[in-house]
Amino acid sequence: MKQFQYIRPASQAAVLDAIAKSGSKIIAGGTNLVDLMKKGVMSPDKLVDINSLPLNTINTSPKGLHIGALVLNSVLSENSLVLDKHPLLSMALKAGASPQLRNMATVGGNMMQRTRCAYFYDTTMPCNKRTPGTGCGAMGGYNRMHAIFGSSPQCIAVHPSDMCVALAALGATVTIAGKKGERHIPFTEFHRLPGEHPEMDNHLATGEMILGVDIPDNNFAKNSYYLKVRDRQSYAFALVSVAAALDLRGGVIKEARLAMGGVAHKPWRLFDAEKFLAGKAPTEENFNKAAQLAMQSAKAYEYNAFKLKLAPATIAEALKHAGGLA
Amino acid sequence: MNKPIPTSADGMSRVDGRAKVTGAAKYSAEYNQPNMAYAVLVGSTITKGTVATIDTKAASAAPGVLAVLTYLNSPKVPGHIPTKAQKPSSKSGPLKVFYDNKILYNGHPIAMVVADTFERAQYGASLVKATYNKEAHDTQPPKNITQGVGAWGGKDFTKGTVDAWKTAPIKLEQEYTHPSDVHNPMELHAIIARWDTPDKLTVWDKTQGTQATRDDIAKAFKLKKEDVQVNSQFVGGAFGSALQVWPHEVAAILGAQVVKRPVKLVLSRPDMFTSVGYRPYTWQKIGIGATTDGKLVGITHEAVGQTSSFEDFAEGPINTSKGLYASPNITTRYKLLSLDVNTPTWMRGPGEATGAFALESAMDELSYALKMDPIDLRMKNYAKTDPDNGKEYSSKFLDEAYAMGAAQIGWENRQAQPRAASQNGWLVGYGMAGGMFGAYRDVAVIKAMMKADGTLTIQSAVSDIGPGTGTAMVLIAANKMGIDAGKIKFEMGDSSLPDAPMQGGSATVSAVGSAVHDACTVLKEKFQQLMGNGGTDKPDYVKILKDNNLPSLEVLTKSAPGPDNQKYSMQSWSVHFVKVLVHPATGVVKIDKVACVADCGKIISPKTARSQVVGGAIGGIGMALMEEGIIDHRYGRYVNNNFADYHVPVNADIPQIDAMFVNKPDPYINPIGAKGMAEIALIGMAPAVANAVYNATGKRVRDLPITPDKLI
Ligand SMILES: Cc1cc2nc3c(=O)[nH]c(=O)nc-3n(C[C@H](O)[C@H](O)[C@H](O)COP(=O)(O)OP(=O)(O)OC[C@H]3O[C@@H](n4cnc5c(N)ncnc54)[C@H](O)[C@@H]3O)c2cc1C
Repeated sequence: MKQFQYIRPASQAAVLDAIAKSGSKIIAGGTNLVDLMKKGVMSPDKLVDINSLPLNTINTSPKGLHIGALVLNSVLSENSLVLDKHPLLSMALKAGASPQLRNMATVGGNMMQRTRCAYFYDTTMPCNKRTPGTGCGAMGGYNRMHAIFGSSPQCIAVHPSDMCVALAALGATVTIAGKKGERHIPFTEFHRLPGEHPEMDNHLATGEMILGVDIPDNNFAKNSYYLKVRDRQSYAFALVSVAAALDLRGGVIKEARLAMGGVAHKPWRLFDAEKFLAGKAPTEENFNKAAQLAMQSAKAYEYNAFKLKLAPATIAEALKHAGGLA
Repeated sequence: MNKPIPTSADGMSRVDGRAKVTGAAKYSAEYNQPNMAYAVLVGSTITKGTVATIDTKAASAAPGVLAVLTYLNSPKVPGHIPTKAQKPSSKSGPLKVFYDNKILYNGHPIAMVVADTFERAQYGASLVKATYNKEAHDTQPPKNITQGVGAWGGKDFTKGTVDAWKTAPIKLEQEYTHPSDVHNPMELHAIIARWDTPDKLTVWDKTQGTQATRDDIAKAFKLKKEDVQVNSQFVGGAFGSALQVWPHEVAAILGAQVVKRPVKLVLSRPDMFTSVGYRPYTWQKIGIGATTDGKLVGITHEAVGQTSSFEDFAEGPINTSKGLYASPNITTRYKLLSLDVNTPTWMRGPGEATGAFALESAMDELSYALKMDPIDLRMKNYAKTDPDNGKEYSSKFLDEAYAMGAAQIGWENRQAQPRAASQNGWLVGYGMAGGMFGAYRDVAVIKAMMKADGTLTIQSAVSDIGPGTGTAMVLIAANKMGIDAGKIKFEMGDSSLPDAPMQGGSATVSAVGSAVHDACTVLKEKFQQLMGNGGTDKPDYVKILKDNNLPSLEVLTKSAPGPDNQKYSMQSWSVHFVKVLVHPATGVVKIDKVACVADCGKIISPKTARSQVVGGAIGGIGMALMEEGIIDHRYGRYVNNNFADYHVPVNADIPQIDAMFVNKPDPYINPIGAKGMAEIALIGMAPAVANAVYNATGKRVRDLPITPDKLI
């Protein structure tokens, strides 16, 4: 491992000062960054530990439920406000990683975690995300875990998070701080598609940090479900995951929210399927139709063609659970 | 739905259990020596060719770096590690580390950095830069695999008529494959090498055989056996990966020679995929035929197993078909396929676990073709003598095992028709499969010493890779001597102790346990002689020593197999029953219930025996559902060489596993009546899962692992 400096500033201003220089990296739980440093994939000169900042609170606010960037994944998944208002988020969190990892992983770190693409992790392999211009190793390689939506010739990696899939479905907003002050962006616009610049996972600029996320109040609590399909029952990334939330009133779907994990460079909202379901009855037939609609722009590679079948099946299954049919 | 595995079982707990869970047990990498240095290997990033240039300047100049070894400057190993190939081969044999500039597989060690700390060695290793002359490589088994394989895998075998299955009224022929599975014990392979003098060496090494390792190192470095001391006090799992001396062990010894300090080398998890063997990718084809009432007419079992371009590794995938059923006609063919990969090795249930997947899947397919219960089909073809050689069995109670397992799993709930049962939206399926493995006994020597305070010390060079060897030995001695187990100490894992075979082939209790039995028998007789009048059956050892003015009394006893071990066919048997739930939409498989029955003679230590079976079953579940070493064949390089991507079962995957034993002593194998059980705990588990998945879904998966994508 390359030599690096480590600091733990006591204030937000000091953190923002420290991360202004490229080469500095925030460290929160370290469960992703330290691995990447050991592998030589990321080699920051300076680690800026943000654990002294007061960013670990969960509280109700006029905007809904506020969650600080340093709240641990384990704490968040058991929080009574979350269980009560947004059980979908709790389910997604518990489907991620392992209890040991969730005890270290933070909300901000989870959002910022990098892809698990094997070509990104192996510095001897081509990867445009790790080393722009070297090519995409996964495109013609072992791409079983890779994207079926929104990929580019430069990159077919997926964002690995479960938590983010739920937050995308729940329409959260992200609060970001930089030297120029704070800004808020919708969660669905935080992560980006690879396009010409797969080295950029999201729209956080150099020198900025995440302060937290806010989830607006909703009527989904009774009818939401997170379904993660994976190669083993725990401690495995999603082949495909679906966050489904329904606002069911009088036997009619007033509003539906659907997002998928394991299929794109960002948590993938299924806007067409959501629109289709609005105003419909929660029937198996409607759920299947919505699932088919969601697949319109899907495209598979050599080893992930199964996702074209697995994804709609998982959407329909998650909807059945959310709608009380399973 | 997943019930926890019960934590209690009958019998004595592990003698070293407390040390293991409290961290007091010391593993090879933990024997830090004064002035010790640390070594890190650099692997090739190409798969085949030669090193053109290797730049070690930056690495050598890095802080703390003591030496950088490459083929250009490394001292040569005078003898090299002897080959394990079972027949003379034109191949060059085990990898000679830092020997020449040839690259034989991706990850081939090209350099080793030795530094004063591990971190500095690692950083130094990242600075070694090589250029290569690349040659085209081949790491992928071809589609038409039987073409182009000519290498030796053992003689073709025929009993009766060749390929007689083809003449049967009910018949089928199918191909089965499983990928390379990597042992991946939790403990990384590790060695500390210390030269005590220029021709005297001590190592602390992860090994399944302290004396085999001693002998191989002595041969390689042209040292006297007695000048090589191998210690392996605790081993954190091995499953066969520590049955031989590997290049990293030789490299660490070379490093210690160069820097003139003790050197520690611990493989990284990615290194584990390319350094210490694996269960080889194997293609198999079974042709099987029966009469309409289910009597087997013939079995033909063909197999092609992957090996490396430089060493022939052969095992026994076809043995299962020679011996599991009473078929009048049996044909087997086995070949090796050479690829540009590291050499495979034995992995728990070597050969037979592979073979059982094919044969027991085919038997299941045949049972559906015959519309016959799979157990009835097996009973109809129950072998009463060994079909391979006609010998009588020393003991066989597999029929009882079938009955016990069927009762435990609730076999009567199985639907004969596939995809006919469901439960809460999940498809339900039941499957069963069995396995066999030769029951062996080797020569072993035990020293047993009774001290004045009434404590007994037993010594053997044997390693304990986790089954609870020490516990079994203490129980055997306690039983024989009639003293409390708490008064007995078993010393092991040290090559200077009395001779013991490697811990492999499920033969440790049979060999070393028999020697403990024999040594204690002799020791007890000595006490009885001292008492005079023929003694009593319960000698008061403390009093006898005191009366005779003796500080202690000891024996050194050699124990060896007799003519019965040749006369009879000796096998251990197992059968696994599995209930699975499969989600019809997502293809997710949940193992709901497992019942395993072992017919392996007398059970010496019930608690550790149970753990052994549970562990084997879990290994089999991994083999069935998730284990797969994946190479990107364009680069010849692993793309899942870590525990996030190479999946082994986790707690959530494992339901209650009921481990049961027929527990009838074998009258001939050895004086304690115990046969091996480690291999059979895994053999047959993967096909039992696959058969249950078929029963649940109507989908026959013939290419392991059975991941959700194969079921949708
Ligand atoms: C074996 C394994 C399995 C896993 N399985 C899953 C899974 O199934 N599902 C899943 O969702 N996740 C999984 N994870 C990933 C895990 O959720 C992430 O590692 C974790 O959430 C990262 O959080 P952290 O606080 O440890 O981040 P760190 O490692 O500390 O940081 C990660 C990145 O985030 C940046 N960062 C951290 N906080 C901030 C902030 N406030 N503002 C700006 N940047 C910030 C850091 O600079 C760094 O680049 C797995 C991880 C491992 C190792």
